[in-house]
Amino acid sequence: MTIAEERDSSMMSEPDPSGRFGEFGGRFVPETLVPACQELEAGFREAWADPEWREELNTALRDYAGRPSGLSECHRLGEQLGLRLLLKREDLNHTGSHKINNVLGQAFLAKRMGKTRLVAETGAGQHGVASATAAALLGMECKVYMGAVDVERQALNVFRMRLLGAEVEAVHSGSRTLKDAVNEAMRDWVATVGDTHYCLGSVMGPHPYPWMVRQFHRVIGDEAREQARALLGDDPDVVTACVGGGSNAIGIFSGFVDTRSRLVGVEPRGGAAVSRAIPGVVHGMRSYLMQDEYGQVEEAHSISAGLDYPGIGPEHSYLSSIGRAEYPTVTDEEVVDAFQLLSKTEGIIPALEPAHALAWVVREAHTMQGQTVLLNLSGRGDKDVGQMMDVLKDRL
Amino acid sequence: MTTVDLATSLRTSRDAGRKLLVPYITGGYPGWQDAIRACAANGADAVEIGIPFSDPVMDGPVIQQASQAALESGTTPQSVLEEVPSLDVDIPLAVMTYYNLVHHDGPVRFANRLAEAGVTGAILPDLPLEESAEWAEAADEAKVATIMLAAPTAPDDRLPRIVERARGFVYSVGLLGVTGERDSLAETATALAGRLKAVTDTPVLVGVGVSNAEQAAAAVRVADGVIQGASMVRRLMESGPDEVGRYVAEVRAAIDAV
Repeated sequence: MTIAEERDSSMMSEPDPSGRFGEFGGRFVPETLVPACQELEAGFREAWADPEWREELNTALRDYAGRPSGLSECHRLGEQLGLRLLLKREDLNHTGSHKINNVLGQAFLAKRMGKTRLVAETGAGQHGVASATAAALLGMECKVYMGAVDVERQALNVFRMRLLGAEVEAVHSGSRTLKDAVNEAMRDWVATVGDTHYCLGSVMGPHPYPWMVRQFHRVIGDEAREQARALLGDDPDVVTACVGGGSNAIGIFSGFVDTRSRLVGVEPRGGAAVSRAIPGVVHGMRSYLMQDEYGQVEEAHSISAGLDYPGIGPEHSYLSSIGRAEYPTVTDEEVVDAFQLLSKTEGIIPALEPAHALAWVVREAHTMQGQTVLLNLSGRGDKDVGQMMDVLKDRL
Repeated sequence: MTTVDLATSLRTSRDAGRKLLVPYITGGYPGWQDAIRACAANGADAVEIGIPFSDPVMDGPVIQQASQAALESGTTPQSVLEEVPSLDVDIPLAVMTYYNLVHHDGPVRFANRLAEAGVTGAILPDLPLEESAEWAEAADEAKVATIMLAAPTAPDDRLPRIVERARGFVYSVGLLGVTGERDSLAETATALAGRLKAVTDTPVLVGVGVSNAEQAAAAVRVADGVIQGASMVRRLMESGPDEVGRYVAEVRAAIDAV
């Protein structure tokens, strides 16, 4: 199988010249950053069309990150739920999640564009770890902004980033979580745009990020489609993934958007941007956004730091608005149960983020009896074990 | 309530040879109304009222802190605008806020709200030229001047397009970075102001990183005026409205001496 094989897809094509998917997206950034976004768009187009650069990236994805990632069938859990459950094993990538796909792409691009420094935001720390890793690999400087609340609940990843040579700065403004880390990373970029690339961690932000990050993650969907067809002789009935900003979901959706598969992005109940369906403008994009009656951005609340985000990538808002994908929510309690369930029935400890998608599958299994469900297992649970020791201390 | 038109007033003063001083005050922060009155009484040519937003990406720590304090005490766009008519000052007023508050209300409704409150200018630092059309047309209709920002990173061919869309004045961003006080005026401040002056007759004011009277005087050797935010808000937070007034008088004297 070839990695990141290009396919045409009418529904997930390029955004329009203003960076919009339908009415979502755009480039709402301070004037200082407009030229940088334009340069990045041009640089990405050029690199993406350059076979040599693509080969360099694909080699790194294979030999460094460990792609392609496997597809595992969950026989015991599938039997218990009355459906066939397949996991796309992004948890087995180097650094422990899907984030490395995007980060290698952006870091190789930044280097090609002559940048010497990366800044990144991180929630759970997975994108921060991946950014620090890529910076170490390519000999670049790296600074990661992380909400003070997340620094506390993801201490292991903070240490990892520092071990990898990155500087981690705790952000104390606002809700002190992912949204505020994005603000601080953007403030850094406004001041350092000459030598610095903002390595944004999801399919959000100003154009070209939502599109570019999707292109870097579509390898997940392209691989999974071939793997599913080899195993099932067909496309799965349901493709599901968790959604914070939505990068792992868009990655796997991109392989199936032009098939009959039902696409389901699962949001935490306390961070449900799509459910309310009110468009807003923050972090450079117009998309669904949790906000109060005046337009102040609301704080998301989730057991998972990686999904603690009040917005969602604009292409997800678009897929929702045209009815191609659906975005239900699950509660923290359902997530904790799913986290244990996969561990005990399959010997796979998932990250809390993809445990959201599994929680939805478990809750809705009675409506999907006999169907095939492909779930993007976007990351492994090592980073969450410390937190879950507290949550589960009396339950095991 | 007397509404003074920002665009007319600033151009008239500039053409008469006066250097322009526009302080920024965070709306809703305790004492903000008296701080604006103190600005007006001590030689400000206009005041920029911040409508606090939850995610102010162009602002550094001082204005972030003031915004957050204002929001925590219950400040809303409406509560700020309702107070504006009772400020009773004889200088024009503009607002500075972020685009989501406009977008949430809808550009036409927000522009009309500003006009009804007697506000005649608006600065939206996260709404660049390419995204500005819908707002700018609504604002023109409501006779609210859309003040466009220009940044040091802009290539030469971008500046004429920015100044063409600018109403009232052009906000020349002084440096690469967010609002806040700096030890010295960045070289980019006067360089960009000069590039803008070469392509427009609209007043050009330098803001972001103009931190004291001396730096203001240096900036107006090239620019038509200055905007001062963090240095005003810090004084409001530390010492109150009277100190803001004293500082405005100090900057006024310094730029008048240029």
